[in-house]
Amino acid sequence: MRRVVISGAGTINALAEGVEATQAAMAQGRTGIGPLAFRDSERLSIRIGAQIHDFDATRRFSASQLALYDPFTQYALVAGEEAMAQAGLERAPDPARWGCIIGTAGGGHTTANNAYRAVFAEGKNRVHPFTVPKLMGNAAPSHLSIRFGLQGPSFAVATACASSNHAIGLAFQMVRSGMAEGMLAGGAEAMLNFGGLKAWEGLRVMSPDGCRPFSADRNGMVQGEGAGVFVIETLESAQARGALPLAEIAGFAMNSDASDVVMPSLDGAAAAIAGALDDAGMAPGEVGYINAHGTGTAANDRIETAAIRKTFGAAADNVPVSATKAMHGHCIGGTGAVELVACLMALRQGVIAPTINYATPDPDCDLDYVPNAARRAQVGAALSNAFAFGGLNAVLALRAI
Amino acid sequence: MRPDVQEQVFSIIAREALRDPSELTPEMTLEELGLDSLGLVEVIFAIEETFDVSVPFNANEPSSAQFDISSVGAIVRAVEHLVTGASPSAAVA
Repeated sequence: MRRVVISGAGTINALAEGVEATQAAMAQGRTGIGPLAFRDSERLSIRIGAQIHDFDATRRFSASQLALYDPFTQYALVAGEEAMAQAGLERAPDPARWGCIIGTAGGGHTTANNAYRAVFAEGKNRVHPFTVPKLMGNAAPSHLSIRFGLQGPSFAVATACASSNHAIGLAFQMVRSGMAEGMLAGGAEAMLNFGGLKAWEGLRVMSPDGCRPFSADRNGMVQGEGAGVFVIETLESAQARGALPLAEIAGFAMNSDASDVVMPSLDGAAAAIAGALDDAGMAPGEVGYINAHGTGTAANDRIETAAIRKTFGAAADNVPVSATKAMHGHCIGGTGAVELVACLMALRQGVIAPTINYATPDPDCDLDYVPNAARRAQVGAALSNAFAFGGLNAVLALRAI
Repeated sequence: MRPDVQEQVFSIIAREALRDPSELTPEMTLEELGLDSLGLVEVIFAIEETFDVSVPFNANEPSSAQFDISSVGAIVRAVEHLVTGASPSAAVA
């Protein structure tokens, strides 16, 4: 089978725009979580989030582009441009054999929110004519395909919090199998608006005061927004072009709990982790870092810990596990892509991002969570976990190259 | 307990648990009634809509003292306090 690498990476999230600045923020243990600022946010009971504040879309896109780009599409394009530039590509080198897969849970959620406000709350009888092409979940991959001339398979995947990992994993499988020569893949989310937050509040899983993964005093998740996009191609094609491979995608597994729609399953999560290791031909002892799903909810962190223990056995005591959501928030459909940036930092720079806000050990969460401060370590292989509402799990396995 | 509040809370919980309200007693727990986490969140939503109150409940801290859900009767008392405008911390006093 063909070896598949990441040859370009891009991101925008509440920590920073750009991979380098995001990794610097992660290494410093900074957080992008703070007070939410948007229309009607004073009517929320949950008023914090990892919101992107300093991004001026009008400086990046023309008025005619912005008429078509919901924020989630804008974020995907910003991240995609950074990734393509790093890979040394202006356009797809072999258009028919290059495509794009973007994970997103809400798609053009802000566009839908604004349109509903206009017709329901403000009594208007019309919305902007581009509302549909702007809000559709595939707007982000479509505009990436237009921007870079990707004429192969392009689509969006929606698996809630696992969307990014499903997108990257599918792109990996398509390149490995020869179905595509190269892919842009990742995730994008921009659900931080009044309607979006109201929906999340209702589920009663949000923290009113902060994201504290694996800490005994954790009390819920904090939502973020942003995107991560990666150029995925064969090792051979990256080398032929003189592009520097950032990491090898060695394995991927996805499965479904087929049980509860919101409660995670130990067996499902453990089987996905074991599946990714198996696909990569990777022994647990080889893994030097796990980027946890680590949402900061009572249930996820306890069950994810048990799933890692079940899969890794004795090796679980020696593997650093961190949850970077305390820094960039839970970017829902975009979160796995932003978290892959932390995996690249571990594999390339030997810096493991910390789990910040860790205060109190929880007997049910007894792994090495790299509490509060980044750590230097030689990391040869890493896993990235994603376990979605709906019971859909997707785990990526990467190797340093 | 205020009879009107008790009757409505019993009715809400019974509907969610697929029981007849007459089967409920104040001592029963939600677990005994077979309500899972989603069922509980629906009960709380129905309470908020029925009584026009905001229930301080976080599924990550279900036993937090803010809103006592330890039994059907405890929920009735907590709702009574919310309805009469007492502070959330007084709901379990």
